[in-house]
Amino acid sequence: MSLDIYFVQQVVNAISIGSLYALMAVGLAMVFGILRLINFAHGDLMMVAAYFAVFGLIAKLPLPVVLLLMIAGTVLVGLIMERVGYRSIRGAPDIAALLTSFAIGQILQNGTLLITRLLNMRSPLPFPAIDILSGVFTFGPITVPKLNVFSLVAAIVLLGLLSWFVTRTNLGLSMRAAAEDLTAAQLMGININRVIATAFAIGSGLAAVAGLLFAVQAGQINPYMGFSPVLKAFIASVIGGFGSIEGAVVGGYVLGGLEVLLTAVPGLGDLLPAGAALKPFFQEWLPNTLTSYRDAFVFIALILMLLVRPNGLLGKREREEMK
Amino acid sequence: MLELLNVEVSYGNIRALQGVSLRVADGELVTLIGSNGAGKSTTLKTISGLLRPKSGTVIYNEQALDHLPPHLIVALGISHCPEGRRLFAQLSVAENLRLGAVQRQDRADVQRDIERMYNLFPVLRQRHRQLAGTLSGGEQQMLAISRALMGRPKLLLLDEPSLGLAPLLVRAIFETIRQLKNEGTTILLVEQNARLALDIADRAYVLETGRVILAGAAADLKHDPQVESTYLGM
Repeated sequence: MSLDIYFVQQVVNAISIGSLYALMAVGLAMVFGILRLINFAHGDLMMVAAYFAVFGLIAKLPLPVVLLLMIAGTVLVGLIMERVGYRSIRGAPDIAALLTSFAIGQILQNGTLLITRLLNMRSPLPFPAIDILSGVFTFGPITVPKLNVFSLVAAIVLLGLLSWFVTRTNLGLSMRAAAEDLTAAQLMGININRVIATAFAIGSGLAAVAGLLFAVQAGQINPYMGFSPVLKAFIASVIGGFGSIEGAVVGGYVLGGLEVLLTAVPGLGDLLPAGAALKPFFQEWLPNTLTSYRDAFVFIALILMLLVRPNGLLGKREREEMK
Repeated sequence: MLELLNVEVSYGNIRALQGVSLRVADGELVTLIGSNGAGKSTTLKTISGLLRPKSGTVIYNEQALDHLPPHLIVALGISHCPEGRRLFAQLSVAENLRLGAVQRQDRADVQRDIERMYNLFPVLRQRHRQLAGTLSGGEQQMLAISRALMGRPKLLLLDEPSLGLAPLLVRAIFETIRQLKNEGTTILLVEQNARLALDIADRAYVLETGRVILAGAAADLKHDPQVESTYLGM
């Protein structure tokens, strides 16, 4: 493989992974913006979505029906989570809400485990292939997995819709108002329960799509698969600036880029032509084996970035600090 | 139109209102005066549903308000323009105005009202795309009042509209309040500047440590010796 094709493919990888992280991080950001709650059960919604998709695919339903059921089911689970879990403890200290999010995550994981055991399903469960998502697109010498293209398209379409929603509709505007000042929003006549439920519904829908893409990519699913993505989405939000929707999108793509960069660069040593000036340097100092330390490097980069920009790339300073 | 009967409100162990009773009749401009911590803002927050009375009741057009959530109270025609303005600083002037009318369905009608506000305060028209947080104090107060009016309130609760404004602006704001009253809006005004408040109000209540200690026609209270010495500095 020549270097420039290697480069292009890594960029495609970065955009595709970034899209997944962005879809996840936006859901976290919407809920955090209004409730100041980090919903760690958000990753489990992804997992729930993947199982809904499997059930649909095993039942041999047409793909659009599967997608519809998956999204509707996940949104319903997200709404129940808000209504039963978070609304009951609204106004409680932040730490109670955080612990509740872990509890809800446990319930979703164990509930899924229980159901799949009762149905005699394997864990991890192979994810059935979806024809239009498998295979590659070929552009001259470059081949791009279809899944990566669909990830990007899904992210562009969904985030575009979201951007339209929060700027052009009354409900979206109410959501931004509630994120800024919940009390003042109530005085405008905004029904905050409705706004909060909407934030959960939208976040769940985005998580459902991300869950499907993630499951196709991984080829198998299990009840604990949500943990790593929610952690990544959390990091993406921190990078972008917690609570900001734009920040979550930017953070998602920055994190995707960073991860791919840290995977791709150590591979350069083997790719460079024999005799290239930098080849010994890469082979000596950045060998392939470094790739397994990728997450450690991501976290180091995160710490360095937070030292320089504690509020993230697009983060606004908190209101308390402005006084 | 509005009546509070023996309303008691507490923040934890602090009894902020200790049995407040007051009335606002249709078309009246009533003012609440009193020093810091007397319970003026607490009274308004209780009316708009942000706080719940521990005992006593709030009645608006024969309906008890004290168990309704704030958005349903807004739906009944009560707008609360809170202390410190509480604008959405990261949203534009136009978006703040739209939020004031968020419960109204007819977009064309809302747009006409936005134009009305721009005519009332022309500076808001010039700044309609600007973020509310970038306005000057006086402009923010104009926006806060306009935003409250966007809900077409029958009863307007105004909390300290003169706070932190230069004297010339204070006069302009009070002129607007007088105009609103003449157009038929019922107003309950909380104000630290007792002289100004008594000048435009029909009636007044004087609050002290969560109790009404004096009530009467504004013109009479202006000459009450106790009010003169404590609140008018004479």
